[in-house]
Amino acid sequence: MKLHVHFVVGACLSFCALFAHGTQEPAPPAAAVKQPSTSTTDHSKLEALKGPFTSGPEVTKACLSCHNTAGHQVMNSIHWTWEAKSKTTGKTLGKKWAANNFCGSPISNEPRCTSCHAGYGWSGKDFDFTKQENVDCLACHDNTGTYKKFSTDAGHPLYADREFEPMEGPPGKKPFKAPDLTKIAQHVGKPGRSNCGNCHFNGGGGDAVKHGDLDSSLKNPPRELDVHMAKDGANLVCADCHTFNAHQPSGSRYAVNPKDTHGFDLPKDDHNRATCESCHSQTPHKQAKINNHAKKVACQTCHIPEFARGGIATKMLWDWSTAGKMGPDGKPLFIKDDHGHLKYSAAKGDFKYGENVRPEYKWYNGTVEQVSIVDKLDQYIDKDGVLELNRIQGSASDENARIWPFKVMHGKQAYDPVNNTLVVNHVFGDDDTALWKNYDFAKSIKAGMDYAGLPYSGKFDFIETRMNWFITHMVAPKEKAVPCAECHTRAADGRLASITGVYLPGRDHNPLVDLFGGLAIAGAIGGGLIHGLVRIVTRRRKEQNQ
Amino acid sequence: MSAERIYIYKRYERFWHWSQALLIIGMMITGFEVHGTYTLLGFQKAVQLHTLAAWTLLTLWAFTIFWQFTTGEWRQYLPSLKNVLAMVNYYLIGIFRDAPHPFRKTVVQKHNPLQRLAYLALLAVISPLIWISGLFYLFYGNWQQLGIDRYLTLEWVAVAHTLGAFLITAFFFIHVYLTTTGHTVFAHIKAMVTGWEEVDEHHKAH
Ligand code: HEM
Repeated sequence: MKLHVHFVVGACLSFCALFAHGTQEPAPPAAAVKQPSTSTTDHSKLEALKGPFTSGPEVTKACLSCHNTAGHQVMNSIHWTWEAKSKTTGKTLGKKWAANNFCGSPISNEPRCTSCHAGYGWSGKDFDFTKQENVDCLACHDNTGTYKKFSTDAGHPLYADREFEPMEGPPGKKPFKAPDLTKIAQHVGKPGRSNCGNCHFNGGGGDAVKHGDLDSSLKNPPRELDVHMAKDGANLVCADCHTFNAHQPSGSRYAVNPKDTHGFDLPKDDHNRATCESCHSQTPHKQAKINNHAKKVACQTCHIPEFARGGIATKMLWDWSTAGKMGPDGKPLFIKDDHGHLKYSAAKGDFKYGENVRPEYKWYNGTVEQVSIVDKLDQYIDKDGVLELNRIQGSASDENARIWPFKVMHGKQAYDPVNNTLVVNHVFGDDDTALWKNYDFAKSIKAGMDYAGLPYSGKFDFIETRMNWFITHMVAPKEKAVPCAECHTRAADGRLASITGVYLPGRDHNPLVDLFGGLAIAGAIGGGLIHGLVRIVTRRRKEQNQ
Repeated sequence: MSAERIYIYKRYERFWHWSQALLIIGMMITGFEVHGTYTLLGFQKAVQLHTLAAWTLLTLWAFTIFWQFTTGEWRQYLPSLKNVLAMVNYYLIGIFRDAPHPFRKTVVQKHNPLQRLAYLALLAVISPLIWISGLFYLFYGNWQQLGIDRYLTLEWVAVAHTLGAFLITAFFFIHVYLTTTGHTVFAHIKAMVTGWEEVDEHHKAH
């Protein structure tokens, strides 16, 4: 009977507890199954696209003959201008200005770097940013998967087959095929993962190099790697979240929203879905306790346990200072590691790579102090003497701040110690100053700074730098989210060991309280033991006496 | 030595005692895991069980308070300083000399004066410390909404709760030890199980 009562009461109580904690879970979004195009236009039937086309701009003109505002829309976008004004610091950033510790600046290296510009022909300072036929429609809208901008042709694809020897590849020329522009123009549509990936997976000059959470493994990822883009996951493409409005992409590393307080992006809203909350709301978990975490912890922090999980290593360190070594044959030295990754390149210096890397965590409140190529460096140098290229701002007391995951990229790069600025390094070009041709920093930096029209003392040195890359892709299945105990732990290598300003249960404790409590418990147990012992002894004596 | 049996712990009381014992032992084990003292079930499980136990205990207490007042048993916790010294004296000296217990349990007075004081301390100091801090801890997610995040930090709540936890754990060990001080080692425990306490005849002579 007693047991019975206990059970019934217990069951009632547990039931109450469930109610106290449960909130309704919103219905999961219906799995999107990509159908063959539902477009009302079959581009292959259009007169304007009959071709044949012999150049990119020709195709663009044909596109604009119907899509007559598209050109100017694109020309307003960061994909065209490579400029972005930070809403929080007011600084002009974008690829043209923001310093990084990868390749450096596109200035003076245009034909190479602009192979990822959404346009044709930006080969130097006098590129005409107002000419709409220079917009590249195909890079984003090719649906055949065969369009490719050539790596050194200022954004143009090949127009004829070519033999070419890549700088860091195996020696010898390799044949490259020119894509069939006419066929491609007739098979255009919404951008898929590869359209974005052709550039964004290759940031920093190669697959996986830059971001850590963006590489070609995301073209067709398993669910383990990315629940959103996996075929057996939500099967989304980049633009499903990075929604475009008049060709302006949403979501940018120059303007990461630290905490989306708006939630669901409904049809009446701004059609900007580049936050988790846009689809998942601010309270997507069954347990209120977990939902509460979202006030202080970004979704990505728990849901992306590691980056570079797709089997492709990302660069973690790039040391330019060692560049320029020649092998015994007098030729530029290139050394690969056991995995086939270049670990030394005469053109670029030393590299370190990482796969399945645990991110580092920092408070982020919406402001990133990004160093621009024209900035004086003093205020950006951290206590440890390392130049923080984009300091992440925020603290526990900051209402807007949450704990975010980052890939921290380490570098050593050239700067001007007299003017105290970073430098533009002229790396690419078929001339007698380019670093990748002449292996001489003195010449290449002078040429880069002259070209950019920036003040240069003539002296250069190398400075250690650090750069933070938001980790926000490669979201793992929920079963693989970071377990509580990896943050709530006293271990020195706990994930949030370096996060300050919050009391973290399981990590933090007050040593005085613990000391007092330990003594109290020891006293209670010890006192009982001694008292009991004396009882036993005195009883024994009495029994012996009797 | 013949003994008289009196029915001292009623059925509800025994149910309450043992389920509370179970819950508190569970809360000590899980609580100190949450605290980071050791790893046993894993942090997540520990938090879940601790939280479930907290709600269960809360409900149990609601019933118990009701029971205490409807039965008038709450008077058992009224302190009296009379004979406290005699009790202290007994535990420090008398018990080793097989001196008679200075207090005789009856149905109207089932706690000795020292016990009353201890339970009062538990009720008036340790429990509120644990409960109030525990409830604040539980509703940490709502602080902002309730406007109390301006006055309170989680750190202070945790410190208060942990302090309470240490005190109740110390109390627990003393409590368990004292159950062995009946006329046999398990006499008190047996009483709490069956409800019947054996009272020594020679005590009755007092
Ligand atoms: C015998 C009773 C109890 C003991 C021994 C105990 C012990 C503990 C300890 C040691 C902690 C860890 C504190 C820290 O390091 O921050 C803790 C956490 C906690 N306790 Fe208790 N506790 C008890 C009762 C309660 C009660 C009655 C409640 C609720 C009313 C409660 C609610 C909580 C909560 C919410 C936490 C925090 C868990 C989290 O991190 O989410 N506890 N407890």
